[in-house]
Amino acid sequence: MIKDFKYFAPKTVEEALTLLTKYKENCKIIAGGQSMLILMKQGLIAPKYLIDIKGITTLDYVNYDKNEGLRIGSLTTHRTIETSPTIRNGFSVLAEMERNLASVETRNWGTIGGNLCHADPAGDPAPVLIALEGKLKMVGPNGERTMAVEDFFKDYFETALQADEILTEIQVPNPPPRTGTVYRKFSLLEGDYALVSAAVSITLGSKDDTCSDARIVLGAAAPVPMRAERAEKVLIGKELKDTLLQEAGKAASEEARPIADMHASEEYRRELVGVLVKRVAGEAWERAKRA
Amino acid sequence: MKKELNLTINGEAYELFIEPKRLLVDVLRNELGLTGTKKGCNCGACAACTVLLDGKAVKSCSILAMQASARNITTIEGLADGPNLHPLQQSFIDHWAFQCGFCTPGQIMAAKALLDENLKPTAEEVKLAMDGHLCRCTGYNMIVEAILGAAQKLQQEAK
Repeated sequence: MIKDFKYFAPKTVEEALTLLTKYKENCKIIAGGQSMLILMKQGLIAPKYLIDIKGITTLDYVNYDKNEGLRIGSLTTHRTIETSPTIRNGFSVLAEMERNLASVETRNWGTIGGNLCHADPAGDPAPVLIALEGKLKMVGPNGERTMAVEDFFKDYFETALQADEILTEIQVPNPPPRTGTVYRKFSLLEGDYALVSAAVSITLGSKDDTCSDARIVLGAAAPVPMRAERAEKVLIGKELKDTLLQEAGKAASEEARPIADMHASEEYRRELVGVLVKRVAGEAWERAKRA
Repeated sequence: MKKELNLTINGEAYELFIEPKRLLVDVLRNELGLTGTKKGCNCGACAACTVLLDGKAVKSCSILAMQASARNITTIEGLADGPNLHPLQQSFIDHWAFQCGFCTPGQIMAAKALLDENLKPTAEEVKLAMDGHLCRCTGYNMIVEAILGAAQKLQQEAK
């Protein structure tokens, strides 16, 4: 049962910020509500004031600049990202990730910003954005600030966003040359939350085919999306081959911190991490070779 | 504290006075008596409650009614043209694509959104568009065939 709340539907970011400052910790922002409403129906959160920002159309955009890279407004729906020609052509891993996020109905209304601020440890966009070295821009009464996506997540469902701030933009730089990024998740049904997931970005050297950089980001394997740094070190500076990918998978499965729940045991999640990292790193390597 | 809400549903305008916490599915079914839209799981997992908002399939149990303000909503009641069923509805009958019928309105609305966007979907594209919809009765194959059959019919009508 959703508890009563006072409802506001600001049309601009400034209006929304004024409301946030006025009502402080007693209020919550709702965008598409595809995650929020589930929590509200279960009584897990019961804000006294609800600030509906879905109507702030200025935050719904996908822009690309050849120097700055990709800029996505926080209220852009998953469906827009999934179908955007700009994203499909230049940042296809984002479109692929969106394609298997929940179902089309959720993607039609849910927003990328809402997903990131909800901060489910199994969320799909976060590992991909971290692998892509993405940044987030947020605005508050004291102005704007930008941080790496990697630094945004503090704990289960907790982010660095302050109570009087709004997430406004997701920024993705142009990938370095000879880079391939792939995202895959294990789930029981298509579109389900990940049991575990992995986003891997491989960059090959300009002169030869050694791996000059690797970013391996695990989802649903810790309270927050986590970089598998030991696994990355296995690959960086080396010539890639199957045995090395296997070793990286093993390192990732050891450094992961998955929980056991009704969907999977901790051991099974670790096993999946090892398999997935090997597989996804291999795909990213292939993609880097063709880049 | 109730607030005013103006909704446009199946081309008709409605003036409502409701609590902002009300979900779209409940307002459709209770205030407006449009019970064709079903409430299956109430947690966004089954898509039985699917309606169209500005032509896009959405789960009405997962949207505040207030957010539907100034949008065009289409429910299953809006598909038939008087006594004439929409080709999707006829195709679901012809292909035995429902048994208990509870998930059916949501399935048909999502299928309509798909065909409005893409009149020649492959079976794979149909499955991807429909993968949020749970059905306990049919085993899904007939649903896919019904949608492909309706697509064929609509393609012919377009000529």
